[in-house]
Amino acid sequence: MQTMDFDKAFQRTKAKRYFMDQAIVYVLFLCAFVLLFILFSILTHLVINGVSSINVNFFIHLPKPVGEVGGGMANAITGTLTLLFLAVLFGVPIGLAAGIYLNEYADYRFAQVVRFTIDVMNGIPSIVFGIFAYVICVLPMKTFSVLSGGFALGIMMIPMVTRTTEQFVRMVPNQLREAGLALGAPKWRVIVDIVLPSSIGGIMTGIMVALARVAGETAPLLFTAFGNRFWNHNLMQPIAALPLQIFSYAISPFEDWHRQAWAGAIVLIVVIFSINLLANYFMNRRHRFLNGQ
Amino acid sequence: MRKDTSDLVFKYFLAVFPCLILLLVAGILYQLVSSSGLSIHKFGFKFLSNRTWDPVAEDFGALPFIFGTCVTSFLALLMAIPIGVGSAIYLAEYAPAKVSKVISIFVDLLAAIPSVIYGLWGIFVLVPLMRTHVQPFLGKYLGFLPFFQGPNYGVGFLSASIILAIIIVPFIISISREVILAIPSVYKESSYALGATRWETIQLIILSHAQAGIFGAIILALGRAIGETMAVTMIIGNNPSITSSLFSPGYTLASVVANEFSEATSKTYLSALIEMGLVLFVVSIVVNALARLLIWSVTTRESVTV
Repeated sequence: MQTMDFDKAFQRTKAKRYFMDQAIVYVLFLCAFVLLFILFSILTHLVINGVSSINVNFFIHLPKPVGEVGGGMANAITGTLTLLFLAVLFGVPIGLAAGIYLNEYADYRFAQVVRFTIDVMNGIPSIVFGIFAYVICVLPMKTFSVLSGGFALGIMMIPMVTRTTEQFVRMVPNQLREAGLALGAPKWRVIVDIVLPSSIGGIMTGIMVALARVAGETAPLLFTAFGNRFWNHNLMQPIAALPLQIFSYAISPFEDWHRQAWAGAIVLIVVIFSINLLANYFMNRRHRFLNGQ
Repeated sequence: MRKDTSDLVFKYFLAVFPCLILLLVAGILYQLVSSSGLSIHKFGFKFLSNRTWDPVAEDFGALPFIFGTCVTSFLALLMAIPIGVGSAIYLAEYAPAKVSKVISIFVDLLAAIPSVIYGLWGIFVLVPLMRTHVQPFLGKYLGFLPFFQGPNYGVGFLSASIILAIIIVPFIISISREVILAIPSVYKESSYALGATRWETIQLIILSHAQAGIFGAIILALGRAIGETMAVTMIIGNNPSITSSLFSPGYTLASVVANEFSEATSKTYLSALIEMGLVLFVVSIVVNALARLLIWSVTTRESVTV
């Protein structure tokens, strides 16, 4: 009698356990599916709304005044490229040098402190960098400017560039360094002529990834680069940027501007994805380089 | 001897740059504190507990914004954790290799989309959907709860939380996935060999071994959610309010800075906004330091035992 009960109970738990076993995989799949569904929704809306608005005019014209249909974002596209160029100028040298120092010279405790600072800095909200650039650059110069925007984006690149540089420099085999030193080269020549060239692929990848991340940043530009509806060739004047333009068009009440916001979004996504592709290219080249040895 | 001096010069030249980074973070803190001095001096700690936001009378309190940031971040985590951790387990353990690879690429893609584009999608796709379908539905069937009452605009806490959840999910997935993949497969195999089902293995082996790492990922995601600006600004409705209704428009610390900074007319106004930035800075430093210490403690502990 007791065995019967036990058997029944056993069968019941077994059924329940097998059911859960099957069910959980479906539940997990559903989680991933929800995610994919959202991504597809975003991409299809981008393509449907954006592609129909992209034409040659979009790339060669300035924004039209309110009420006039047409015009483009030529100034915003070049503005974004200018800001990114400045960001590289500000951020990459510091990140690169700091990363090399951390791996080649720094003693353990100092390196840990800097690494910790970098990780924490990586998590500071981008808008805080915007405020900082505003206080440092915009207030003393008394004008919104290209320079302050590039500065804000540049300091945002520093933590990422430092981290990846350090990682890739560390991957250079020690035998290479020792071979250089054995030939009588001073350490700095070993670093400049051996360590850097053999890790340059990885370092470039890191720079590209950092660049792709700041390329879409809007918040730090709101009160530094500020935006501009016209061309600007002066570093001390406000300049247009794609993310800023998308933002201000998206929250505007005009149908035609909404259309252009979608078009701008497509261009921005394409810019970001191509920077990421470039990062992959450098990564693959690095693998080929290392395998070729 | 010349060799030695050139080496020293190079070393000290390079040493300037890490010090510059330390100085930079200290400088950000210093500048934020000194620029918000006016507001700190005038309002003191009451700034954090005052619910009025009146630029005309120059009476500023951050409470509605702190409330908005807390509510949206909390709700976003509530939605993102199950989906993120679930997807991570699926990708790491059960998805066929090819499917896992493709989905991982998509997750990376999702992480690369800038927040202003999420905001654009939010304004033109999510908000109308919330207004016409989701919120009326919630109001009809769950309307007895205070969270789902009140007028339905589409923009508001709920929509902003959903966007935030979408933005932070890729973070949770990519870190959790790595943590789960790092669990030695011997543990899982022994669990299966003892007759455990997949669900039991997930509970007993995967989640218990990966919990510290996943927790770190969640805290990092929280830091991200707190500081996220553009997407939230575009769909939260920008109205400083403290209510129990998730349908009502709100405001967050980051979005008030984004919206009102360049229009701040008086010095007190500006310094109050900068003090918001200071609050964001301190909170994000604490959150990130916590996450980092947690992740470090896990990795060093494991390197000792292995």
